Amino acid sequence: MSEAIAIDFGQRAAGTRPEIFHNDVEDGKELTIVDQKLSTFEMLYREPWLRKLAILVILACIWEIYGRTLNNELLFPTFTATAGAFFTSVLNGTLPSAAWVSIKVLLTGYAIGIGLAAVLTALAIASRIGTDFLETMTSMFNPLPAIALLPLALIWFGLGNASLIFVLVHSVTWAIALNTHSGFLGVSRTLKMVGRNYGLKGVGFITKILIPAAFPSILTGLKIGWAFAWRTLIAAELVFGVSSGSGGLGWFIFENKNMLDIPMVFAGLLTVILIGLVVENLVFRTIERRTIQRWGVQN
Amino acid sequence: MQPHEPLLAVEGVTLQYKTPQHLITATYRVSFDVHQSDRFILLGPSGCGKSTLQKAVGGYMTPTEGEMRLKGRKITEPGPDRMMVFQEFDQLLPWKTVRQNVAFALQSAKRMSQREADEKAMHYVDKVGLSKFADSHPHMLSGGMKQRVAIARGMAMEPDILLMDEPFAALDALTRRKMQDELLKLWDETQFTVLFVTHSIAEAIKIGNRILLLSPHPGRVKAEINSTTDPKEAAELERYIHETLFAHETEEEVEHV
Repeated sequence: MSEAIAIDFGQRAAGTRPEIFHNDVEDGKELTIVDQKLSTFEMLYREPWLRKLAILVILACIWEIYGRTLNNELLFPTFTATAGAFFTSVLNGTLPSAAWVSIKVLLTGYAIGIGLAAVLTALAIASRIGTDFLETMTSMFNPLPAIALLPLALIWFGLGNASLIFVLVHSVTWAIALNTHSGFLGVSRTLKMVGRNYGLKGVGFITKILIPAAFPSILTGLKIGWAFAWRTLIAAELVFGVSSGSGGLGWFIFENKNMLDIPMVFAGLLTVILIGLVVENLVFRTIERRTIQRWGVQN
Repeated sequence: MQPHEPLLAVEGVTLQYKTPQHLITATYRVSFDVHQSDRFILLGPSGCGKSTLQKAVGGYMTPTEGEMRLKGRKITEPGPDRMMVFQEFDQLLPWKTVRQNVAFALQSAKRMSQREADEKAMHYVDKVGLSKFADSHPHMLSGGMKQRVAIARGMAMEPDILLMDEPFAALDALTRRKMQDELLKLWDETQFTVLFVTHSIAEAIKIGNRILLLSPHPGRVKAEINSTTDPKEAAELERYIHETLFAHETEEEVEHV
């Protein structure tokens, strides 16, 4: 298509290789290869959620086939039986109310945990002894599974939400405090100097510079804290779920197991997974997209 | 302020800092005066304490000896009357857009209202030629653009003195030259006072009207000279500075622009 023109510069090029100029190469508008449409399949395949959906569908099919060949409702109900149990209990309100009880307890514990973590990290950046305190406490309690404290909590707070909240707070606080603190430590020296250049000090400096700058770590802490709390709560409810008459999801699963209503047990487990997925993939993903991804501080 | 009183007076300043093993003296009894609308350059090889000296002017370090006064007031802590422009590209707040970065400085330091700060920010963003990117976040900008935003932020605050710490050192040669020209153009418009740290002789001669030459380990004043715009004199000056500062170094170690 393009014709190469060799120009002889005489003196300069004498005895060397000829110089080549493509004078017809311009802005590429005349070419068709610059911008080509992908095929429909390729476009769909590039969507991560579609690929994941396909995996889920395949897994559900395998589940269904296995359940049918096994043909034992007590050991392994089919996918359709589980889905059926799920929808009946959603419609008659038992599952949503159980989920709501769990979520309410969880949010209370989560909020208290965040507050406590905030106080601890504030102390840690305010003084060296605060840092030592936080570091000692986190290294001591972070490896201790929250559920291991439940027997003690039951003695201290009795059978009820207070015990659950106590173990939740324990599971949330250390993860968040640890991540927030290391986030604060990781804030670049330049940014801190910029903040002080503006004349910011104390609380203003923390809220306007340190917290936003450490937000990626704080968010990680919140995510880990949430994951810990959610797993801890379900486990705690499974074991000691009776709280003032109305049990949560863990209790729902436990109760249905006692009544040998296994599809209901599966439906309860499914709900645990669904809520976890929604919070981890919808809530936290949205926050991430709106903040750290927009700011370009994470890939 | 009297007409002949300097804007910034640095008198016999010795700066020391501690590493885990040593007490390092960065500068030893350095004195100089910066006047209104000066483009004052701190020039010296690495290790001459020029950046440390500027950090002290910024209020981030307290001299162990001597003192620094801005408009007659002793410098004790960082403040918006001395805006810093750093070498690092991460000096912009990544969670704010270009316009918000400039406006936020105005709001938090000068207690300006949101609208007023926004308008002023836009004016200065426009001045550095980034109006098109006013609503972009810093991570979408090139290095040169980020430095422009930092300069816009510094100028928008209308500080008594703008402190620039090798702001163009991390840029490629072409962009650096362009930024130097732009900085001079901005200076022509507003005649702000700037204290500029660099290790490039050519940059010092081009940007500055007065140059402080510092010797390394520890930083001491070797000379305080006037710069020139005449190309022939500039070449001579460059040779002179080179001999004064870098004579003891081998050729390869010397950095050229």
